[in-house]
Amino acid sequence: MLKLMINGEPESIDASPDTPLLWVLRDHLHLTGTKYGCGINLCGACTVHVDGAPVRSCGLPVASVVDQSIETIEHLARDGKYTAVQQAWLDADVAQCGYCQSGQIMAATALLRRVSSPNDQQIDAAMNGHICRCGTYQKIREAIHHASKLIEQGGQA
Amino acid sequence: MNPSSLHPNRRSFLKSTGLLTAGSLLVGFEIPLMGQPRLPATASGLMADAFIRIDVNNTITLMMNHAEFGNGVYTSLAMMVAEELDFDWQTLKWEAAPTEAQYFSPIFGEYLTAGSVSTAGALKPMREAGAKTRQLLLTAASRLWDADIRSLSTSAGQVHHADGRSVFYGDLIDTIRDHDLKPPKSVQLKDPSEFTVLGRPQRRLEGPEKVTGEAQFGIDVRRPGMVYGAVLRPPVYGSLVKTFDAEAALKIPGVIKVKAIDAGVVVLAKDYWTATKGVKVLKVDWDDNGLGDLSTAGFTEEYRALSRQPGLLAENIGDAEKTIQAAESSLESVYEMPYLAHATMEPMNCTAQVSPDRCEIWVGTQYQSNDRTIVARLLGLPEEQVIIHRTLMGGTFGRRASKTADFVTDAVQAAQGESVPVQIIWSREEDMRGGHYRPLFVHRVRGSLDDAGYPEAWHQTVVGQSIMQKTKHDPAYLVRGIDIYSVDGCLQEPFGVFPYGTSYQIPNHRVESHNPPKIGVRPHEWRAVGHTHTGIAYECFLDELAHKGGKDPLALRLHLTRDHPRMHHVLKTLETVSGWASPLAEGRGRGLAARIYSVSPIAQAVEVTVNANGEFSVDRVICVVDCGFAVNPLGIESQIQGGVMLGLNAVAYGAIDLVAGQVQQSNFHDYRPLRFQQMPKVEVHIIESDAPSTGVGEQATTPIAPAVANALFNATGQRVRQFPLDRHGFVLKA
Repeated sequence: MLKLMINGEPESIDASPDTPLLWVLRDHLHLTGTKYGCGINLCGACTVHVDGAPVRSCGLPVASVVDQSIETIEHLARDGKYTAVQQAWLDADVAQCGYCQSGQIMAATALLRRVSSPNDQQIDAAMNGHICRCGTYQKIREAIHHASKLIEQGGQA
Repeated sequence: MNPSSLHPNRRSFLKSTGLLTAGSLLVGFEIPLMGQPRLPATASGLMADAFIRIDVNNTITLMMNHAEFGNGVYTSLAMMVAEELDFDWQTLKWEAAPTEAQYFSPIFGEYLTAGSVSTAGALKPMREAGAKTRQLLLTAASRLWDADIRSLSTSAGQVHHADGRSVFYGDLIDTIRDHDLKPPKSVQLKDPSEFTVLGRPQRRLEGPEKVTGEAQFGIDVRRPGMVYGAVLRPPVYGSLVKTFDAEAALKIPGVIKVKAIDAGVVVLAKDYWTATKGVKVLKVDWDDNGLGDLSTAGFTEEYRALSRQPGLLAENIGDAEKTIQAAESSLESVYEMPYLAHATMEPMNCTAQVSPDRCEIWVGTQYQSNDRTIVARLLGLPEEQVIIHRTLMGGTFGRRASKTADFVTDAVQAAQGESVPVQIIWSREEDMRGGHYRPLFVHRVRGSLDDAGYPEAWHQTVVGQSIMQKTKHDPAYLVRGIDIYSVDGCLQEPFGVFPYGTSYQIPNHRVESHNPPKIGVRPHEWRAVGHTHTGIAYECFLDELAHKGGKDPLALRLHLTRDHPRMHHVLKTLETVSGWASPLAEGRGRGLAARIYSVSPIAQAVEVTVNANGEFSVDRVICVVDCGFAVNPLGIESQIQGGVMLGLNAVAYGAIDLVAGQVQQSNFHDYRPLRFQQMPKVEVHIIESDAPSTGVGEQATTPIAPAVANALFNATGQRVRQFPLDRHGFVLKA
C-alpha cells in the first residue's frame, strides 16, 4: 500500500508503484477532474499541484510523490466559494468543451499564487504548455488578468 | 471599439459580444457557487412537455436533445425555453434526453447533433415547449384560485395574480394532476421586442461544473465493479487479428483478461495503466487486408492525374471551357490539402455493460440513434434494450458522429461475456491513428478574366474521397454520384440539400468532381467538412485572379457579390471594421476570404507579419458573420474564436501521412496543436438581424486558412498551394 497526501487527506492506494499519479487519481480515487490528454507530458490536461508547484501527473510515478502534498482541481472551491481564478473563468465564460480547463486552471492558479499580477509574457510562459483544441486561449488570457484584479480586491488565487 | 459609432447615420448594425468590455466584469469573487446543487429528479416530478420537467421543489429540468461538446447548445436550448417560460434560466437543471424519436433532430430525423443546424432547428420547438408549459401553469393557477386567466402573469418561476398572490410553478403540480390539465396544442410566442434572455450575451449553462472538475465526460464515468480496457490496434487501419499471444500480458498483476474484438486485441485490467502495460507486451499477427501499400504520396500523385481528367459534372453555368480557351491569357493552379485528424482533447472512449437481454452504454456521442441501431444489430437485441447515457464531450469536431459507431462497438464487444461494465479508453496514439480523417483533396482550378479584369470563367476539378458514398446517407448527400460535401463551397447555385451557393457570380462556372475509391482510412466529417478544402482552393484562386486583374481582393469580392445582399453587407462591414484600406508596414500583409456554410455568410480579414526566413505570426483576425438572429452573442464569439484557432492550426501544421498503410503521426509532438501564445487576437462582429437564425459552429473554421495564405502572398509575393504551410516555406512562429 502506498500512502499519499491528497487534497489534505491521507490516502492508502493499492497500485503498482510505477503507476502515474494521473491514473491513481482517476481510477483508484475517482478524482476524475484531472484529465488524460496525451500521456507524455505534452498537453497539460493532467496538471496538479505537488507541494504547490504545477506538475504533469501523467508521467509522474506515484511512488515518487508519497511524501509530498498533492492538490487537484477538486480542492480549489471550498466552503461553497470559488477561488478568484475559478470565478474569473466563469466571468470571462472561458470554457467550451471544458476538458482541458482543469489543467488550465491549475496552471493559472499556480502562476497567480506565485505572481499575483502577471504580465502577458509571464502568462505566455505559464500557459504555453497547455493545449486547448476549442480555442479558448484568448479568453484564458482575459480571465487571468481578471483574476489578478479579483486577487487585488482580496480574493484568493 | 464601438462599431456603430462608425456609422452614426445608420441603425446600429453590430452587436457587442464581450462581457469583458467597459469594466462590466466587476462580479465579486465572494459570490456563492453558481446555481443550486444538482438535485436528483423526484418521483413527483411532472413532465409538462417532452422537454420540461417541473419538480415540487420548483426545480425545472430540461431534457437536452442535442449533444454538448463545447458548442454551447445546452445554454442556447435553456435560453429558448426560459425566454417563454419566465424563470431564471441559470437555475435550470439538465439531463441528456434518452434515445426516443420525440427527441430526434427535426432537421435530420435522427438523434444527431451536426452540421451547425442545432439553433436553426431548435429555436421554434424549444420556445414552444416553454410557452406551452407556461400556459399550462397559468391554467392551473386559474383553477387553483378560481381566477380569470387574464388577471394572471408569470415571472421568475412563479405565477402571480393581479391581487398580489403568487404561487411557485412547482406548487401547481397537484392542481395539474387533479384536473388532468394538458398543455395547449398551439400557443402564441413572445414578440422578439419582449425578449429578455434571447439575443443577449449569456454565459455557459454548464460553466460552473467545468471549473470545479465535476463535469462528467465519457472518460469520467465510474460504475460499480467497472474494469478498464486498452486495445492494441493494428498498425495498418482496417487490418484484422489473425492470432495473438497473451501470455506475457496475463502475467502482469491486475490484468484480468485478454481477448480479440473487431478493432484489435483488448486487455482488461483493474486500472487503465495496468491495461496499457498489458497491451505493450501483446504479440499479434495481423492480416492487413491488402491495405499495407497505401500512401498519401501515392494518393496525391493519383489525384493530380485525375484532376486533369473530366469528372462528374456538378455545375455548368455558361461555357467556362470555351471562354478560357478564347481568352488571351488564363490562369491554372493546383491546390493540395492533406488528411487531417480531429485530435479532440478527450480521446475516444466508451463504457458499456452487456447482459443477455440488455446493453447499457455511457458515452459522449453526437449520433446516439445510429449508435443504438448498430449496437442493437451487433447484439441481436431490440433497440429499446440498448440504453445510451450521453455525457458531455471533450471536443469532437465531427469525430464523435461515427457512421460505424466504432468507438462504441469497441466497448460493447469488450464487455460482451463480462459480468461488469467495461470502459475502453483510446490512448492518444490510438486516437491519432484511429482512421477517421478529413480526406486528402486535390483541386485544379483554371480561370480567365474579362476586359475589365474581373473573373469571366472558372473551371474547378475537385478530387478526393467521398465521405457519404456507400453510407446510409448516400441517397441524401449524393447527387448524380457527386458527394455534395466534396463540392460544398465551390458551387454558385444551391446543390442537393444545401440551399446556398458561394454568393459570387462568375458568368461561366464549371465544377467537376472525382470520387476516387474509398480504401484504407475512412474519410470523415471534420468541422466545416467540404469547406475545409474547397474554401482554400476557391478563395486562394480568387485572390490569384484578383492579382492578375489588378483588383483589390476585397473590391473584387464586393463586385462578385453585388447580387447577394447579405454577403455584400458582410464584406462592406469587414472593409470598415478591419481598416482594410489602411497602410501596413514592410514585412506585413493582409488577406481575406468570404464563405457561406450552412446558410450563414462569414468573412475574415487577417494581418500577418513575415520575416525573411518565412517565419510568420498572425497579428489580428477580424471576423464578420451574419447568422440571422443571434441567439447568444457570447456563445457565437466563442465559436468564432474556436473556429479560427482550429482552422489556423490546420493550415499551419495539420497533416496526417500514410506510409505503407500506416499513419505516421502519433501524438501532439508530430500533430502539433496551436499553442497559447500563437493565438491571434480575434475580433468578432455579428451583423444585427431579425432573419431566421442559422449556423455558427463551423463557419469560422473555413475562411481563416485561405485568408492567411492570401495575406502571406500579400506580404511576400509568394503563393502557397500545397498545405500545410510549414512544409512549404512558411512556419507559424512558436
